[in-house]
Amino acid sequence: MERIIFYIISILMIVFAVMSVSNRNIMRSIIYLLFVLIGIAGLYFMVQFYFLGAVQLTVYAGGIIVLYVNSIMLVEKINNPLDVTKFWKRLLAGAIATTGAGLTLVAIWSHNFKEATVSKEIGINEIGKAFLSYGDKGYILPFEVISILLLAAMVGAIVIAKTNKVKESN
Amino acid sequence: MISGVSIYEILTVSTIIFFIGIYGFVTRKNLIAMLMSVELILNSAALNFVIINKYLFPEAVEGAIFSIFIIAVAAAETALALAIIINLYRLVMSLKTDELETMKF
Amino acid sequence: MDLTYTVLIPLIPLFMFLFLGFNYKRLKEPISGYIGTAGLLVTALLSFYTSYQYFFNYGKVDGVYQKIYAYNTVWIHFTETLHIDMGVLLDPLSAVMLIVVPLISLMVHIYSIGYMHKEPGFTRFFAFLSLFTFSMLGLVLSTNLFQIYIFWEMVGVSSYLLIGYYFEKPSAILAAKKAFIVTRFADFGFLVGILIMSYYAETFDFKVLTNVEFIQTLIANKELTFVGLSVITWGLILIFIGGAGKSAMFPLHIWLPDAMEGPTPVSALIHAATMVVAGVFLVARLFPMYYFMDDGFALEIVAWVGAFTTIFAAIIAITQYDIKRVLAFSTMSQIGYMMLALGVSGYEGHEGLGFMASFFHLFTHAMFKALLFLGAGSIIHAVHSNYMQDMGGLRIYMPITNITFLLAALAISGIPPFAGFFSKDEILAAAFEHNMPVFVIGYIVAGMTAFYMFRLYFRIFWWSNPEYKHAPHEAPKFMTIPLIILAIMTVGAGFIPFSELVSADNTPFHSHIEWGLAGASIAAGVIGILLAYVFYKKENDLSQRFTVAFGRVHKWAYNKFYIDEIYFFITKTIIFKYISGSFAWFDKNVVDGSMNGIGNSTVWISTKIKGLQSGKIQDYAMFFISGVFMLIMIVWLLLN
Repeated sequence: MERIIFYIISILMIVFAVMSVSNRNIMRSIIYLLFVLIGIAGLYFMVQFYFLGAVQLTVYAGGIIVLYVNSIMLVEKINNPLDVTKFWKRLLAGAIATTGAGLTLVAIWSHNFKEATVSKEIGINEIGKAFLSYGDKGYILPFEVISILLLAAMVGAIVIAKTNKVKESN
Repeated sequence: MISGVSIYEILTVSTIIFFIGIYGFVTRKNLIAMLMSVELILNSAALNFVIINKYLFPEAVEGAIFSIFIIAVAAAETALALAIIINLYRLVMSLKTDELETMKF
Repeated sequence: MDLTYTVLIPLIPLFMFLFLGFNYKRLKEPISGYIGTAGLLVTALLSFYTSYQYFFNYGKVDGVYQKIYAYNTVWIHFTETLHIDMGVLLDPLSAVMLIVVPLISLMVHIYSIGYMHKEPGFTRFFAFLSLFTFSMLGLVLSTNLFQIYIFWEMVGVSSYLLIGYYFEKPSAILAAKKAFIVTRFADFGFLVGILIMSYYAETFDFKVLTNVEFIQTLIANKELTFVGLSVITWGLILIFIGGAGKSAMFPLHIWLPDAMEGPTPVSALIHAATMVVAGVFLVARLFPMYYFMDDGFALEIVAWVGAFTTIFAAIIAITQYDIKRVLAFSTMSQIGYMMLALGVSGYEGHEGLGFMASFFHLFTHAMFKALLFLGAGSIIHAVHSNYMQDMGGLRIYMPITNITFLLAALAISGIPPFAGFFSKDEILAAAFEHNMPVFVIGYIVAGMTAFYMFRLYFRIFWWSNPEYKHAPHEAPKFMTIPLIILAIMTVGAGFIPFSELVSADNTPFHSHIEWGLAGASIAAGVIGILLAYVFYKKENDLSQRFTVAFGRVHKWAYNKFYIDEIYFFITKTIIFKYISGSFAWFDKNVVDGSMNGIGNSTVWISTKIKGLQSGKIQDYAMFFISGVFMLIMIVWLLLN
């Protein structure tokens, strides 16, 4: 049962990913991207990483996608179809991507992964402790750095996007 | 752990999504669309972290933690990139990569 | 006895040069002339004193004149025997030159104060004269080959500067360049000769090089042969090329006639009396080597080059109309005489008559040729022309010049009791004893010399009066006094018992006049004078008719046998056009072509591939990713 669900999710994700990078309407592109992200969240749920799945849904599906939609609405007319790259270039990019995927898949499939037999669910409290402890297996420093980064990104985004008053007065 | 599904299959899916992201990054002609391809790449990487954590080292929590970090950084990156793009749009009134090639020879 | 003071002899003119040169702007016209002359007077007195002391006080030991190093300092040390020195050498040759050079230079200095009156660059002229005097004195006092070479080039430079004194005149610049290039070309031979000497004889030192025993060891060393001759002989021949260039021997004579573009006192000092005899001096310096190496093969060359030049120049001198050029060719002819005399000389005792005669002639020639040039300068000063067509009847206007010029002309024609007679007679005697063909040439030239000199004299001072725009007048005192002094020397110099002073082996011997030979040479001179008298005493068309009769021969001689044109042909057509031209072609097309080709192909490739740098991040990303894959594949292939 789970296997069937996994295959369905996987195939949908791949299809939506392809449509997301090839659709000429940017709005639709974003919606397809949203589907891919939701699919990934679904995979997280299937491997019992519930917290992560929730974060994926809220931050990505809820936050970032909305950000995209807003910025597109700010800058472009939604109905304008996107330009298409030259055919030979798409062919080249496709060939490169296929080659890369082939290489990576050969590497993956020829490698013997020692899969663990036990399965353990990682709870939210475990993750929270890991974030807030400073000893071995403690990640407080990266956590703080990420917080500062987010703050800086927020300030930076405001500063960058802010209209230059002087310029306008000119 | 998904019963009946080996790590190979999940890694195959993430690999395919990763290279679809690369294809999109190279072929898209709109800055925002390019950024969306980057999201695909990031997500497949985060998925790999989680899957490897789950299948190979079930005792550890690092996969989850790094995925969260990736999501946070991706959010910050997206916010900044979009800010830059909007600013750029104000300057040149376009987001077409063909018209943004001042780095050219 | 301390002889270090002799260093001052060359150094005082050097100081004068620096002083006048640095105060070029400050010193006004007569002052700089007086300063230069005063400096030279001190030098001259010192030189005369040194020379007198050498000959009559300390020079002679056991009846042989010694080579004395009055001062010597090692400048560059190579090996025990090979080192470049700077010093002062006293021996009969340099002692004689110590009389000639300062005396003529002093006369020219005094003369120039009058002659260069109101010329722009008066101070510059005197500075250069001092520079020349310094170089020439350094040359004659050199203790070794390398020092002589250094001063040799320095006289070349001062000659260049003085020929080009009127640097606003294109012809003067050309003449200066020509003189410099031709002599420089010859000096290349000299330099190679010096290097050969230094390598095989392993010394520069004149004391060693002229030592007969040392030369015998060089001869004994049979290994040093090249094309059938000793390498030393080749070195001597090359050194003689240098001497021939400086002394205007055929075929390196082409610069001397043009050098007459310089002011006349310069011609008198440099191109008649001192610098041009440097070649004679050089051969005389190394005379024992010339004589002994390969039984005098190089000396034979010297003799024949001298003999050819003397008759060659005499023929041209007859046809010239520019009085300075007549004198220039006369100078060439007389220097050829000296070379010829050296060439027919032996070594020991009376055998060395030619050597003595050569130097005697150098001495007397300096006196009367300087006198002739200064007289010519005085004439040019009066009539403002170099050409004899513009002259005639000047004896009325310029009595002093007339008398002194006549004395000098008589001297050069070999009429007793004037100086030229004695020296010329000794040369002919030496040639008569050793080399009959050379003697015949010398004898003919003696007659020709008398003819062209008196052609000049009669044409200038007699003939008929042309219409002078303003009457010529006698030169000022500054110019006539040197003329008178030199005239006295011209009359008296012949009575110096020269063989008691200068000889090939430095041992005095007694020479006497062979009246049979002397009578013949006097006869040649008198015939020449009489011919000139007939042709040029009064205005007539005799010379014109002869010119027409000789037609082509005259034209050839008048054009100096087209030697200049041959040089031009060789340099311009053959060397510049064909040899250099092909090199230029090679350089332009092959060397530059390949360089340009590299550049152009780089540019071409760049324009072709610059599209890769499109400015689109996506393209870069694509290159980057494909590069990564390629690397992965390479690593993979290497690992399996």
